[in-house]
Amino acid sequence: MINFQYQRAHDVADAVRQIGSDPNAKFIAGGTNLIDLMKEDVERPSRLIDISRLPLGAVEETPDGGVRIGALVPNADLAHHPLIARRYPMLASAILAGASAQLRNMASTGGNLLQRTRCYYFYDTATPCNKREPGSGCSARSGLNRIHAILGTSETCIATHPSDMCVALAALDAHVHVAGPAGERVIEFADFHRLPGDTPQRDTNLQPNEIVTAVALPAQGFAGNCTYLKIRDRLSYAFALVSVAAALELDGDTIKDARLALGGVAHRPWRDAAAEATLRGQPASKPAFARAADFVLRDAKGFAHNAFKIDLARRVIVRALTQAAQGTPQSQSSKKIR
Amino acid sequence: MAPTNVKPQIRETISTPSKISVALTVNGVAVQLEVVPWTTLLDALRDHLDLTGTKKGCDHGQCGACTVLVDGRRINSCLALAVMKDGAAVTTIEGLATNGALHPLQQAFIDHDAFQCGYCTPGQICSAAGLIAEGKAKTAEEIRELMSGNLCRCGAYPNIVAAIQQAMGPS
Repeated sequence: MINFQYQRAHDVADAVRQIGSDPNAKFIAGGTNLIDLMKEDVERPSRLIDISRLPLGAVEETPDGGVRIGALVPNADLAHHPLIARRYPMLASAILAGASAQLRNMASTGGNLLQRTRCYYFYDTATPCNKREPGSGCSARSGLNRIHAILGTSETCIATHPSDMCVALAALDAHVHVAGPAGERVIEFADFHRLPGDTPQRDTNLQPNEIVTAVALPAQGFAGNCTYLKIRDRLSYAFALVSVAAALELDGDTIKDARLALGGVAHRPWRDAAAEATLRGQPASKPAFARAADFVLRDAKGFAHNAFKIDLARRVIVRALTQAAQGTPQSQSSKKIR
Repeated sequence: MAPTNVKPQIRETISTPSKISVALTVNGVAVQLEVVPWTTLLDALRDHLDLTGTKKGCDHGQCGACTVLVDGRRINSCLALAVMKDGAAVTTIEGLATNGALHPLQQAFIDHDAFQCGYCTPGQICSAAGLIAEGKAKTAEEIRELMSGNLCRCGAYPNIVAAIQQAMGPS
């Protein structure tokens, strides 16, 4: 691992001050992605600013009926928090579908958002990668690309954002609270992560020296009709090939509101508001689900090894919406898909 | 893939950071360490405290061989910096037995022949201790899911699950 300086932040303002004093400094909280990337020489910070002791560890109800999640709440604690398990089971389920028990104990809420969008070429410093070394080229487009993106890709990058938690947060209309040199601001979840475009080195719209302080959930958690369905190469502890967070608000058999977000298919969690709109007012039925799936995938583009993801995503969307409609969410311990 | 247009990676020279003092309670014993910031908790345990029961497998959080309990929670010690754990209580495989009597998980792993080469075993047992403390796993299916962060390349999984079930006792 590269040599680096280490210092602790005493409060949020101090963290913002410290990060601003060194252009090559990085924040560290859980460290599960950053330390790994530093060991691979992909991330080379000159200084780590330890924010793990800041008082950002609370999960609390907000006056608008929602819930505010402190940026340092560990993933495991969030998944098992009574407020989340009861009111936002799709989020709890998505978290438990990701990583391992050890990593979920370490990884923070803010860090989950800020883990790098990545692929194995990003990790392999012997190969070109526009995300790691802007302008060097994309090894994945003409290389092994089975795990790569099918939506929102660019000439420069076809990597995917591997978070499960973020797929559920996208579907739930979360907001990200940040603090920075210019004060505090709130970012809609849909505007937080970026598509690669011409600047794949930037994963998010966080500005320099900003710190994530909390993630806020609105009151509507779709607790009755939701699911998180993740398809991967092994039954546990693997990134999604395709995952779907699906939630419905039903009036009898009619869809009043729908949420649909995909993981494993794009540079960011992929939510498609237009596809959700096609579901509103429709009967909660397979034909409507299939039409929505086709709509989500209307611009999907496969590469040499990942075109299977387009058909797979179509089926996972239909199955997830069916699970949501039936109120039978996917279990993350029994892997049987019903 | 020929690495044609990759620029040579020039590592900037920075001043060598001084060592930082870290206080830990390891297996009930207070210890004081002086470590450089990039020392992982795993390396601190193995190389500074000679507690080599905790194993370095992949060193990237993928295999679970380095699992220890920090303040009672199981984590991958290879992805934790020792300086960030200042003040923490760490339990390793060496700290599970009490007064010479094996921990119930250690005895259960013997009873069920839950290992072959043994390299993953300290991590498996510490992870299982964390799992039992979490109290979320009841069935064999749930144990398998919540132990998925610990790989066993000898494939002793069925016996590992049986051993953990024995140590959990009747629910």
